[in-house]
Amino acid sequence: MSSTAIRVQGVTKAFAGARAGAEVPVLASISFEVEAGTWTTLIGPSGCGKTTLLRILASLIEPDAGKVSVGREGAAAYLPQRDTLLPWRTALDNAILASEIERRSRLEARSEAVELFARFGLSGFERSYPFHLSGGMRQRLALIRTFLAHREVLLLDEPLGALDPLTRVTLQDWLLAVWTELRKTIVLVTHDVEEALLLSDRILVLSDRPATIARDMRVDLLRPRDRASADLAATKARLLDLLLEGR
Amino acid sequence: MKRLSAVVAPIALLILFLAAWEAAVRGLGVPRYILPAPSGIAVSFVSHFSELLYHAAATMAEIVLGLLFGGLGGFGLAIVVFYSPILERALYPLIVASQMIPVFAIAPLLIVWMGYGLWPKATVAALIGFFPIVVNASDGLRSPSVESVELFRSLGATRGQIFARLRLPASLPTVFAGLKVAATLCVVGATIGEWVGAHRGLGYLMLQSNALLRVDLVFAAILMLSILGLLLFGAVRIIERRVLRWRGTD
Repeated sequence: MSSTAIRVQGVTKAFAGARAGAEVPVLASISFEVEAGTWTTLIGPSGCGKTTLLRILASLIEPDAGKVSVGREGAAAYLPQRDTLLPWRTALDNAILASEIERRSRLEARSEAVELFARFGLSGFERSYPFHLSGGMRQRLALIRTFLAHREVLLLDEPLGALDPLTRVTLQDWLLAVWTELRKTIVLVTHDVEEALLLSDRILVLSDRPATIARDMRVDLLRPRDRASADLAATKARLLDLLLEGR
Repeated sequence: MKRLSAVVAPIALLILFLAAWEAAVRGLGVPRYILPAPSGIAVSFVSHFSELLYHAAATMAEIVLGLLFGGLGGFGLAIVVFYSPILERALYPLIVASQMIPVFAIAPLLIVWMGYGLWPKATVAALIGFFPIVVNASDGLRSPSVESVELFRSLGATRGQIFARLRLPASLPTVFAGLKVAATLCVVGATIGEWVGAHRGLGYLMLQSNALLRVDLVFAAILMLSILGLLLFGAVRIIERRVLRWRGTD
């Protein structure tokens, strides 16, 4: 009983270049579908248009051509690449931003947030300001905020990109555990081949600009996956080859 | 240690300066109506304290009103200019140009239009004080990153919500920076207003005392004026610290 959560058909996008009239093509006729409740990862050379594709999925920019439909209500929760926590709000108030914008019950949102704080190991920091939190904690908080938006589809742009390796590994496990429980549809953008293999059901390898889908790869390894397994290492080597070829 | 030296260093320098002043006046025998010694100023300050206080109350009222209206006007203007690119192009050059007009040129007109009371002085103060607030508030309203705005938009936030929950709080640090500059400028503005025409206020007292060669009283009024400025600056800082608690304590 699977349904389609995201449908992308022939999406093309170009941005204005440095000179007047010059256009830089970024996405060249991208098409794919994502099944509800699955984890899809976009990987590709830097600057290839992954973020652009994600912003199109979040309806923040319009494609020049092609059609996009996301979720039943056409709405997804988007986690931008750069830190977007509001420094003047406590951790808890940052987490419930979405419910506040949608004018949902504050009390309910707060108790829900407190639960997620516990699961993400942030208990006790509800009333701290982002200023006092470490990089890993801030990123967890941003993830909690994204989960609490209550959207079917989560669009995550390199959520673990700026973290040290240890925090990164811990957060990958956390993210996987939360996803296993909530079964959201996730589209993740990452540079990290291992991260893609550890987390996703499917990996879309984008080519260099203008991006096309160079490879659509299913990851059939059982979860939770072992970072040290030979299977994973072999797949990782293949994927790296693919990325290098695409350049 | 650092905190201590932050207090001690300026006081030590001030004491040194005053001592040199005192010694020079006494040693060279400078007459009182040219330059009184600091001790003489202190005596006048104490003996005329109630009179100084009477004039200070008027000046302080003008400064506070000027800061209030300058602040509100400046912030309002920054919002208008931010949301209307056409008005920005029309108004911004005029706002900048208006700062080239010396307030001394406008102050007499304000007296003609508004009389000798509180309002022309408060207006001069507001006219000087609003500029740093417009500039700083404009920068502050613009400070949220594209990503933050996109986050709000992706959550379905309205323009009003983006203003109230993102741009307004993000602008407060620079608005307070502008307010601190404006607070000191308003002191100057109110005094200029009083020089042009008043029957009360520290500026008025300075002019009167100067005409009577009571230079000691001029200095006492200046001292009172700086105390007012410091009080106002301190008040703005206290409010700033409370409002911007989230910035941490350093």
